[in-house]
Amino acid sequence: MSDATDDIIVDTATRIFQDLCLPATINDAEKGVWPKALWDALEASGLTVAWVAEDLGGAGAAMADGFAVLRAAGRFAAPVPLAETLMAGWLLARAGIPAPGGPLTIAPVHADGDIALGGDGRLAGRARRVPFARNAAHIAVLVRRGDERAVALVAASGLPISHDQSLAGEPRDTVSFDGATPETVKPTDINLDMLQRLGAAVRSQQIAGALEKILEQSVQYALDRSQFGRPIAKFQAVQHNLATLAGEVAAAGAAADLAAEACAGTDFGIAEIAIAKVRAGEAAGNGAAIAHQVHGAMGFTYEHTLHHATRRLWSWREEFGNEAVWATRLGQLVAAEGADRLWPFVTQHT
Amino acid sequence: MTTSFRFDPAELPPEARELRQEVRAFLAAEAEAGTFSPHRGKGGFSREFSRKLGARGWIGMTWPKKYGGHERSQLERYVVTEELLAAHAPTRAHSTADRQSGPVILRYGQEEIRQQILPRIAAGELCFCIGLSEPNSGSDVFAASTRATKTDGGWLVNGRKIWTSNAHEADYMIALLRTSPSTKENRRHGLTQFLVEMKTPGIATRPIINLTGGHDFNEVVFDDAFLPDSPLLGEVDMAWKQATDELAYERSGPDRWIETLSALTELVRVAGDEPSEHLAEGIGRQIAHLATLRRMSLSVAGMLQAGKTPAVESAVVKDLGTNFEQALPDKVRLLAPPPGDAQPDGNDDRFEEALRYTTLIAPKLTIQGGTREVLRGIIARGLGLR
Repeated sequence: MSDATDDIIVDTATRIFQDLCLPATINDAEKGVWPKALWDALEASGLTVAWVAEDLGGAGAAMADGFAVLRAAGRFAAPVPLAETLMAGWLLARAGIPAPGGPLTIAPVHADGDIALGGDGRLAGRARRVPFARNAAHIAVLVRRGDERAVALVAASGLPISHDQSLAGEPRDTVSFDGATPETVKPTDINLDMLQRLGAAVRSQQIAGALEKILEQSVQYALDRSQFGRPIAKFQAVQHNLATLAGEVAAAGAAADLAAEACAGTDFGIAEIAIAKVRAGEAAGNGAAIAHQVHGAMGFTYEHTLHHATRRLWSWREEFGNEAVWATRLGQLVAAEGADRLWPFVTQHT
Repeated sequence: MTTSFRFDPAELPPEARELRQEVRAFLAAEAEAGTFSPHRGKGGFSREFSRKLGARGWIGMTWPKKYGGHERSQLERYVVTEELLAAHAPTRAHSTADRQSGPVILRYGQEEIRQQILPRIAAGELCFCIGLSEPNSGSDVFAASTRATKTDGGWLVNGRKIWTSNAHEADYMIALLRTSPSTKENRRHGLTQFLVEMKTPGIATRPIINLTGGHDFNEVVFDDAFLPDSPLLGEVDMAWKQATDELAYERSGPDRWIETLSALTELVRVAGDEPSEHLAEGIGRQIAHLATLRRMSLSVAGMLQAGKTPAVESAVVKDLGTNFEQALPDKVRLLAPPPGDAQPDGNDDRFEEALRYTTLIAPKLTIQGGTREVLRGIIARGLGLR
């Protein structure tokens, strides 16, 4: 993921985040202020429709490019539904539905999600913890129509949405679709499990980005903060903690790339995505713990920005299947193949 | 700007995939013929096996053809190495020479020495050991005091090396010897790398039995051992400049995360094809670590192939990798179904054997080839903390 196009796209995204995703933007978003300037810039640049083909009104970028942008978004704790809009655009595009403008999100986000489309063209069911539902103009809903799957594009305005939030303070709302009529419905080959897999790959990438950020912050803090007459970076115990953090960051990044590559293929390999979500999820917990230890009491304040990343790490590791969920699936796959296939399994899926 | 270390994805070329199948077929045939037992979990020492690999062109793979090498890529070499290790094939007779000694000779040896030694390593005929540690110089490599004193036509060596793996089998040692005192300005100054023939009069090797009961490492005593001038590797007194590059080769390889794999493999065997959720989760977690490490290790091989020297990235892989392989037997122990009289003998016994062996070797994994503490210091320096 280091070719020239990729770099240009990531540079564009990074510039937008640097200019318009400031600590105050993130704090304000948590209070309910929509970061309009940030969103508008992302939308104007075409980044929000990266995963939509050009003939459907998108940017037609590679999956890898979108993932690289999400890593940058994770690094900046961007408080907008960029990941969700990318996923919604992808889900719609795969069914041949052009992406409408504006922020989007997807539903359902849980493995047991069940939204039904009746013969009368109306939806029934609800989805819990839908990211940024209150901010979305439209929701791309994966629905069940009899025995078949379809994608329904639903306008968010008018839907009963009850507000809740993640522990990072991001909207995670319950949406009732009962009686709603979609604007468009098209059959799809995507099932709920594939949507879960894409979500897990996306969150892994965001985790990798946020981990890069807390490593950078922690190294800088250790160099700046003096105790006992010297910067705490000079203490071996602190150095070794930061070295361990660097290892977790590197592992999460490598694992997240593995999942991104799997999503660029047609099969959305379960093994690769499971490996990524388990390893990135573990790194999220281990990494955040070290970053906080290095920052001391300062990092435990709301005033400090460390929690912009660490609270997101704790929230993202739970979403689209936590480590336990994906580790169980991965272990079952390995067990089904048997001991003599363990090593070939590893070489095949990394 | 980011402080994170970069692990570029490495894609294996098609020829590497074919090569993997070749190596697997070879190993399957050797295991079938009883040359080695893939499930024992211990890579053994066999000159005969090393010569077979040499004949196949799987030693010195990346070296120039004029020195007996095969001019293949780092990624192809990586594939052969990991397949041999994963199968627990007996590679100890040549692995040090292939991984470390050969590249040092290639880079710093005089032409005559290269022509004389490298083709024999590539043929699987020579076993090497590394003379770094001394009784008073372990992690602090540059404190070495075993002395090489200039004399007519060569050098006289006196002192002791310790923890020298395979010294009792080795034909040659690459030794770090003191040729001058260190200076105030540079405490690393004054050491020189030498190629030492182990048959040289004045060199005595004494076994040190390790806690598994095995004989791997040794003490090597030099008592007025005479070395001619020609086997000098690099500049006199300047070894500190040379030592760092090679660490990238040593530190990131599959041998730094694969050594206790048999514990996990045998756990999967006793788990059967439908394990409990708890057991499946435990297996899955370890697989996620293993697969991620492999990707990172492969990435370093790709960066080496691209002409980079990812020294800090290598230290990251070794730190993560050795911590993983060290912890693995303990994770496996607590996941395993309790032993019972009803279980069939074979699988249960194999699991027990793998668990015992890996538990016993676990302590050394974060010590050999650079301790955890040394590695974290290197990573911290890479982060700009020191």
